[in-house]
Amino acid sequence: MRIRKNIAVSEEGFLFNPTTGDSFSTNSTGALIIRLLKQDKTLPEIASELCDEYDADRLLVERDLEEFASLLKEYSVLD
Amino acid sequence: MKKKLVIAVTALNAIDSPGPGVAVIRAIRECPDFEARIIGLSYEALEPGLYMHELVDKSYQIPYPSAGTDSLLARLEYIHAEEQLELIIPNFDAELFNFIKLRDKLHTMGIRTFLPDLVQFESRDKLKLFDFGKKHGFLVPRDRVLHEFRELKKMEEELEYPVVVKGKFYDAVIANSYDQVEKAFLKILAKWGLPIILQDFVKGTEINIAVLGDGKGKAISIIPMRKLYITDKGKAWAGITLDDDRLVALARQFIASTQWRGGCELEVMLTDDGKPFIMEVNPRFPAWIYLTAAAGQNQPASLVKMAMGEPVAPFTHYEVGKIFIRYSWDLITDIAEFQKISGNGEL
Repeated sequence: MRIRKNIAVSEEGFLFNPTTGDSFSTNSTGALIIRLLKQDKTLPEIASELCDEYDADRLLVERDLEEFASLLKEYSVLD
Repeated sequence: MKKKLVIAVTALNAIDSPGPGVAVIRAIRECPDFEARIIGLSYEALEPGLYMHELVDKSYQIPYPSAGTDSLLARLEYIHAEEQLELIIPNFDAELFNFIKLRDKLHTMGIRTFLPDLVQFESRDKLKLFDFGKKHGFLVPRDRVLHEFRELKKMEEELEYPVVVKGKFYDAVIANSYDQVEKAFLKILAKWGLPIILQDFVKGTEINIAVLGDGKGKAISIIPMRKLYITDKGKAWAGITLDDDRLVALARQFIASTQWRGGCELEVMLTDDGKPFIMEVNPRFPAWIYLTAAAGQNQPASLVKMAMGEPVAPFTHYEVGKIFIRYSWDLITDIAEFQKISGNGEL
């Protein structure tokens, strides 16, 4: 699961897909996840970073992350 | 080419379903390589572009396309004597046939055009689009051309829904039942006459591509745009430039196989599995053509240069994510101005 290479993300978490013309807003956590995806991090690696960042339960983070990733896939942000 | 060119432009009806003329002029005016004296050619006295004096230097009314080529030529001869026209850019579908017919005569008078020839123009006609797609290997939805109401009645049992009911020149209605088809058929018949086209419905994202061909098979500029806001007439009120190699390749193939000369607009439906269906080919610049200039590929200015014999290299880059948002503006004028154009046919 990789983020499409031409997806643009602003610091504030605004996403633009230049292939479809779609744009989305995410919160700061979403923006962080997308930035990590752009660095070619895997979902388990991102889950680890989120657990460290937010001191959260790993199982819960993984579940939310999966949900967020499938949303990104549905919107053609992820391949 | 740093001289003042005299360029006549039609389609100054910058209304809710706008003609491209005002956008074409705006793009031409922004080109730093030449200056232009713009002559507006109008059909109606209330076309807003007539009154935009910062864009249009002088305007003349011309006869409706239905009046034929002789009366158009006579009027153009008069205008040419007054203005010494160097180039005409017609922008209405319905007038193009006459201008293409007059191309050689205009050229003899010293007036250039940059238009497709009659074969190119007619091959992409709505009535022949399916065959056109088959011939050149493009995906085009299947259609049936109906020349009388009886033909529709006969098809009642075999129609699959939704289906798109289209007029010869304009209008398209998506119908989900036979009743809706019949209603749309009669409405379009009353407005545009026969024939009427029934086209298979294709689900997907609507994309428009502004393309400029050099007439030798090369695409000088290709800008794909997705409509972000669509009016009840199906017109784009806002749109954004896209980065999609499939769309650029499609447009390049279209220009290569048709040897298209001039501007055109491909209306494309991109299906969810990425197949681009050509829904229509408009044989002139679209009303949103200024976006091409804003994105770095000034198509109207490039057309002017090519028409005047200057070589133009194909553009290689444009800005993705450039957005246009159309707006309404109440232009104020005076009865004296209205009187000049409606009484004298000049402003």
